Amino acid sequence: MSIHSFDTARFERPKSLWARLRARDSLARRLDWPLLLSALALCVIGSLLVWSATRNRTELTGGDPHLFLVKHVMNALIGIALAAVVLWVGHRRLRSAWWLLYVLALILVALVYTPIGATINGERAWLNLGGGFFLQPSEFAKVTVPLAMAVVLAAKVDAGDREHPDHRTVLLALVLAAIPIAVIADLGQVMVLAVIVLGVLLASGASNRWVFGLITAAVAGGVAVWMLDLLDEYQINRFAAFANPALDPSGVGYNTNQARIAIGSGGLTGKGLFQGTQTTGQFVPEQQTDFIFTVAGEELGFLGGALIIVLLGVVMWRACRIAMEATDLYSTIIAAGVVAWFAFQSFENIGMALGIMPVAGLPLPFVSYGGTSMFAAWIAVGLLQSIRIQRPLSA
Amino acid sequence: MSNIPETGRSSRVTIRLVALQIIVFSLLLTLGGRLWYLQVRNGEEYEREAAGNHVQQVVQPATRGAILDARGVPLADNETRLVVSASRTELMRMKDRGEAVLTRLADVLDLSYREVAEKVRLCDAQTPQPCWNGSPYQPIPITDEATTQQALQIRERAEDFPGITAEPTAVRRYPAPYKAGTSQVLGYLSPVTDEEVEQARDTDSPLLRSDQVGRFGLERTYDRQLRGKAGVTRYEVDKLGRVIGEAEGDRAMAGASVVTSIDSRVQAIAEKQLDKAMKQARNEVDKITGRPYEADSGAVVVMETRTGRVVAMASNPDYDPNAWVGGISGKEYARLTGKDSNFPLLNRAIQGQAPPGSIFKIVSSAGAVNAGYPFDGRYNCGASYSLGNQTYRNFESTGHGPISLGRALEVSCNTVFYALGHQEWRKDGGINPKKKPNEYLYKAAKGFGLGSPTGIDLPSEVSGRIPDREWKQKYWELNKNAWCKQSNSDADDYVTRLAKENCVEGMNLRAGDSIIYAIGQGDTLVTPIQMATAYASIGNGGKLVTPTVGKAVISPDGRHIEEIKPRSHGRAPAAKRTIAQIDEALLGVTTRGTAAWRFGNWPHDDIPIRAKTGTAQVQGKQTTSWLATYTDDYTIVMTISQAGTGSGASGPAVRNIYDALYGVLPDGTIDRKKALLPEPQRELPRIGENGDVKAERTKKSIVAEWRDAEFE
Repeated sequence: MSIHSFDTARFERPKSLWARLRARDSLARRLDWPLLLSALALCVIGSLLVWSATRNRTELTGGDPHLFLVKHVMNALIGIALAAVVLWVGHRRLRSAWWLLYVLALILVALVYTPIGATINGERAWLNLGGGFFLQPSEFAKVTVPLAMAVVLAAKVDAGDREHPDHRTVLLALVLAAIPIAVIADLGQVMVLAVIVLGVLLASGASNRWVFGLITAAVAGGVAVWMLDLLDEYQINRFAAFANPALDPSGVGYNTNQARIAIGSGGLTGKGLFQGTQTTGQFVPEQQTDFIFTVAGEELGFLGGALIIVLLGVVMWRACRIAMEATDLYSTIIAAGVVAWFAFQSFENIGMALGIMPVAGLPLPFVSYGGTSMFAAWIAVGLLQSIRIQRPLSA
Repeated sequence: MSNIPETGRSSRVTIRLVALQIIVFSLLLTLGGRLWYLQVRNGEEYEREAAGNHVQQVVQPATRGAILDARGVPLADNETRLVVSASRTELMRMKDRGEAVLTRLADVLDLSYREVAEKVRLCDAQTPQPCWNGSPYQPIPITDEATTQQALQIRERAEDFPGITAEPTAVRRYPAPYKAGTSQVLGYLSPVTDEEVEQARDTDSPLLRSDQVGRFGLERTYDRQLRGKAGVTRYEVDKLGRVIGEAEGDRAMAGASVVTSIDSRVQAIAEKQLDKAMKQARNEVDKITGRPYEADSGAVVVMETRTGRVVAMASNPDYDPNAWVGGISGKEYARLTGKDSNFPLLNRAIQGQAPPGSIFKIVSSAGAVNAGYPFDGRYNCGASYSLGNQTYRNFESTGHGPISLGRALEVSCNTVFYALGHQEWRKDGGINPKKKPNEYLYKAAKGFGLGSPTGIDLPSEVSGRIPDREWKQKYWELNKNAWCKQSNSDADDYVTRLAKENCVEGMNLRAGDSIIYAIGQGDTLVTPIQMATAYASIGNGGKLVTPTVGKAVISPDGRHIEEIKPRSHGRAPAAKRTIAQIDEALLGVTTRGTAAWRFGNWPHDDIPIRAKTGTAQVQGKQTTSWLATYTDDYTIVMTISQAGTGSGASGPAVRNIYDALYGVLPDGTIDRKKALLPEPQRELPRIGENGDVKAERTKKSIVAEWRDAEFE
């Protein structure tokens, strides 16, 4: 300790970066760290799994075993940056700019039907940006739909005019949700959006009639689609294979069967990263995206698989807390929409790998390879953090 | 509410948020539970499935062991042939699925593209032969007869023939030393069936789908020892079958060699002499039918009298076992097994059954002595024996007056045995038998091992048949429906009358049955090997030897030799004294009895030879010739179907075989130097330093001289 330390003014110096970070009102202290760290951990695990699934797929990587690893990390970094932007802008400010995002997303979704639209794995759900970059606009709809609905549904309630949204408001919100859903032809994404709408309605306090009405409508819609032959054959086959995996082990049932073998053979502790024979042998299709969980199951075993489920659980637990602690209905609805989104998409993705859900092309949030879904997931995290830092400090 | 900050939120929303939370965590719990179920509870099952998924086996076949004769001369071995094979996985990866390569290959091999393409297609329910029945990861042989020229072309233009290999490979060969084909004894190989692979799965010698297995003969009996253990290279493959690594494999272990007691020289002589005898018989006219003898099939067994080791075993018609090598054509197969083929695959020495005729009389004699008739007693040898209005004739209807059993054997007097058979039948109660009939004559037959397989180390031996009361009853129960149906027909031919009789009383052992049984006629059926065993037992003092062909199994490195010891399965049903008496009588057969004319100048003092002739009648056919003979060293039994008398048809051939064994010259002197095997081969062949079995060969001309000896 030097002589200068006698100077009393120096004791106030800790008001430096560290002190500011530690201050009760600092951004760092107000951020939801379990949420952030869990999402980051999922991204790290996801990078390893994507790497393992693609490192010897020369037909995809063009000979560079690290190609997908690098791209996945890049996607995550861009996603985190987007989350930071959302946090900086703040979800409150989006309340007045919602229509801009809504219309932008709608245009992107509609662009799929123009020549720059691209079909991957049977779903015409992509935009080819050239240079090997593809965008899946329906991912953005998962952000804009609950945002738009939240703005409409919460307007009168947050203003103190009503306790619950009235019928006309609910109807308007549903119309706003229905427009992009009607444009999107991707079955998996439509199912996610439907569940998000359900979550939003629940959290908005709309009357039970609306909630049950929506569920009934969804079921009726599903039956109608089925009866009217609106599904493509591959979509029907996926459901048929789910109902009876032994149906055609070399064809339709192949994916689910191989996925189950991959996961089952992992045992308690797994075969070790890069050691999975199902993975190295490329027996499971779409393993870096839709079936990423099979890599975890085979190579990291039950412990690795359970860790991913626990981390997703932490993300959803934090999202639920944020919804509960939000100071206004607008924030609550957004958070609840994110919970419904992550919950359904995780359950569907892991569930199909485990053979308890039919196959639908949905990525596992933060883990699966895929830029747009990564960006969307991080934007959702940005929204949640934004809600979190604006809650009262007394909490 | 105390914990929750003021949000102004309604309780409805709060309740719903709690519900949402509960749903979310239930879903996650479901996932965790399912994960546990798949990985921890059922993990092992999926581990197995994953292993089956990604490991593919490529088999390196083990070199099959050789089958050697008693002096080490190979009867079955392997030759190196240039085998051209195609890797299906590589072909299928090509854009045109290998069409261009196969077209070029067909051109080089002088085959059509279709022929080549058919060989590499996989067998399934819709695909007829030819097709590949093995693993698709296995190189598929296209031809095993490539010339060096063709192999060189394929190798030098490797870039034109991706996935095609031309390599020297061991292929089974049956070299037939001294022209001894030994076909039925050796058997043959053919590709394993799916069923067999399935059956052998959990045994200690599992089969691979590319394996060939012994189907018959020694190849079958000693298949496990000969086969060795195929090597396996296990490759880890990906979904598309591309190899991504090599897993632990097993090295191939060559099969052991089997040394047999067959002497290829004697075998060659036996085969040729049998064939000669049959051809000769076809030149003779049967006095009874007025037609030349058919001589449609025959067999000869040369066996060591004391040990039962088989020195030669021939069955005619025969075939070339090399026909099976490299897959048999449909036409060839039909020729070997079809209806008009006369079934050359049958080994008639162990699978041919016929009534024994008079060579059965040693059995009747032993049975009679057991029943209390003195061997040296006096028995009337009349010209015929009458039962009711039925007359049973002696051969050529000559009588000899009262004679001993020994003399009855020498002159083959039927009437003596008719009477014995009839008396014994009556003593047992005749048509209404006692509770426990003695059945001395039937028991003697069973005592000599007739009616059951001898246990020779060759597959599919038949048991023959002794028609005692028990058999009669069973046979009647089996056939009565057919008989009774036939007896209702209006026809009055022999068959209908017989059916009528059988329908009513076929379950009974009738007097007539017992009378003709005593001379080896009627329903009795025996095989040559059974009769060889019976006669050997008289020659060796009463031991019923179990015939064996295999003598030793020698490991590929020559270090482990597992000897196959001679076995016996009991004693002849006769006292030592009786055996000696029968033996003496059989010596009389060759010196002054029915076979004497065939052994005219035989050196009886040096090599006493005993024999019994037999001429068995078969309903609707010409007579079967039997000749059973033995010395102290060898027992030779020959039979020819539809060829006349025992001594007439089989005599010269048997004599020639003995001549060769002992070196007996036409003038009756013995030339020790020319003798091929004056005493049985005791030692195993010598084994060289590097484990190979040394063959001891005789000059071909010496063997040929004996083999082609003319009949006197």
